[in-house]
Amino acid sequence: MAVLMDSNSRVVIQGFGAAGQREAKTSKAYGTQVVCGVTPGRGGQDIEGFPMRNTVREAVAEFGANVSLIFVPAPGAADAILEAADAGIPVIICITEGVPVLDMVRVKRALSTKKSILIGPNCPGVISPMYNSRAGIMPVDVYLPGNVGVISRSGTLVYETVDQLTRLGIGQSGSVGVGGDPIIGTSQRQALEMFEADPDTAAVVLIGEIGGTAEQEAAEYIKTMSKPVVAFIAGATAPPGRRMGHAGAIIAGAAGTAAAKQAALREGGAAVVENPGDIGSTMQRVLKERGLA
Amino acid sequence: MKLHEYQAKELLARFGVPVPKGRVANTPEEAEAIARELGGKVVIKAQAHTGARGKAGGVKVAATPEEAKAHAAAIIGMTLVTHQTGPLGLPVHSVLVEEAIDIDREIYLSAAIDNSPGMPVLIASAQGGMDIEEVAAKTPEAIHKAWLDPACGFQPFQGRQLAYAVGLGGEHLAAAATLIGNVARAFMESDGSIVEINPLVVTKDGRLLAADAKFSIDDNADYRQKSLAGLRDRSQEAEKELEAHDAGIQNYVKLDGNIGCLVNGAGLAMATMDAIKFAGGNPANFLDIGTANNPEAVVAALKIIGSDPDVKAVLVNIFGGLARTDIIAEGVVQAIKGGHVKQPTVVRLAGTNVDLGLKILDESGINDLIRADGFAEAANKSVAAAK
Repeated sequence: MAVLMDSNSRVVIQGFGAAGQREAKTSKAYGTQVVCGVTPGRGGQDIEGFPMRNTVREAVAEFGANVSLIFVPAPGAADAILEAADAGIPVIICITEGVPVLDMVRVKRALSTKKSILIGPNCPGVISPMYNSRAGIMPVDVYLPGNVGVISRSGTLVYETVDQLTRLGIGQSGSVGVGGDPIIGTSQRQALEMFEADPDTAAVVLIGEIGGTAEQEAAEYIKTMSKPVVAFIAGATAPPGRRMGHAGAIIAGAAGTAAAKQAALREGGAAVVENPGDIGSTMQRVLKERGLA
Repeated sequence: MKLHEYQAKELLARFGVPVPKGRVANTPEEAEAIARELGGKVVIKAQAHTGARGKAGGVKVAATPEEAKAHAAAIIGMTLVTHQTGPLGLPVHSVLVEEAIDIDREIYLSAAIDNSPGMPVLIASAQGGMDIEEVAAKTPEAIHKAWLDPACGFQPFQGRQLAYAVGLGGEHLAAAATLIGNVARAFMESDGSIVEINPLVVTKDGRLLAADAKFSIDDNADYRQKSLAGLRDRSQEAEKELEAHDAGIQNYVKLDGNIGCLVNGAGLAMATMDAIKFAGGNPANFLDIGTANNPEAVVAALKIIGSDPDVKAVLVNIFGGLARTDIIAEGVVQAIKGGHVKQPTVVRLAGTNVDLGLKILDESGINDLIRADGFAEAANKSVAAAK
């Protein structure tokens, strides 16, 4: 069933402004069931052919929504995530950038008592090409259905990686952008677990970044995986102590450097790519070596 | 946003954390007056957003108010260069004048976000006054931690546990446990990203004092920390970065190379820098244009890059998702036609509306625009163009 999304996914969009509407249309045209939008006060209206509801609970009760895609601005993002979780939405994907980190501390704690999986915030979303199922902001043209999973902290590096794979004729089972913030709902390690368990996936690309220790935790898990992993760490040339755009991408201590992460991933058994232009060709080589191509 | 030491101490004092007596001075005369008020020996500390100020000559002890004035005159106006500032250093516009303290012991105490459990963490060590990274690497058993569960917040037992662990039991226990709790509260209520008290001092007369303090606030919480907004010191930020900030570009970092980069997305921007290095070049900046939804933002960014005297070539690397490549292309064309970018420019567009974006470049009438197809090609061409 790919990862997180398939043909049974019914997407509700929280925060139906310009970006929400545009991505709703793109996903619908791609073949995804986008069932409604939620903006308080807009319930009962129709915007761009999508029915609107006031609450996520209504979206679940009337349309059976089971994926929520959030575009609500940062000050309201935590509230939107918790509303989706309260309504019982199993997969919550938060695109919003700039959420205060202490809001995410509280959200993560609250979600620990719920069954919902949160992807993001500050992420490009999730797509499963073979099911034409998309909840996110990624360009759809670059994807090709296939058996490689892509995990990344960065949105644009998902697109870059997918593009490199597609140009070589290597299709994707899906991509999961876990998000660039210090505290995120689903870690790289948890995303690897999902692709490892997915029968549609044969191999995984993991795109990490400087800062934090999430890649080291992922590397520990890679040791136990049956599927091959190709990994790249962005920011090898970034100076320490400077935040490189993503709140999480700052080298504060030895573990946060690209070199430390590359070493851990190598030790975990991943094929580590140093030049970002070589991600696709390295996966091509790995698939051949493993007889998976 | 980083705070100065004196601002950090004022903020901590508001939450009941004891700090040495003292105030900030903007002139040597003010420093002299504060020293006179405090009486006795004082310390004059340069206020700049960097550690290791002592080694760089930014911290002096004065026995008299006259000496305090002389030290302040030497420090105010200096440029402090440390391993944290880079070769350009940071200007010093003020000094903190504080009572000199007789130190018995130095403790380390900080609050930060621990990403992996997703909780704030308090960190304490009896080995204060040292680089905590080094302590953690050499003697991990000397580092003690307590996590703050947001469901119940700081608990007094955590203060006691950390206090005992760093040797602040006995007569110091109550004060130490309260102090630790107050640091936790200051961190949570101010949307801190890091608070570091190094050292937390036990004085010879038995007081606990935050002798040095760093405090950074989560920029994403600016909208609800309005009372702290006035603490931003623009003089501590690089000129080009301020220009970018004022133009609405949040994610610009000046670097020491000669290839100016305009990229969308932080990850792609970092990877572009990496690719340039791999091709034998050196990036002049990190710039994430984000979801540029108007050409003006692109023009503003290219003005900043184009006017950087270090920049010998420009690389525009865009993979459109939410960002539209046609809008980026329009911005690039406007910036070049407007004379804002005179350096050779390499453009790589992919993703959303790429056909439209490339058409805009084709029909622009700009003949010397260097087009690149993939990631590596773009990096290689920009390195060649910078030579």
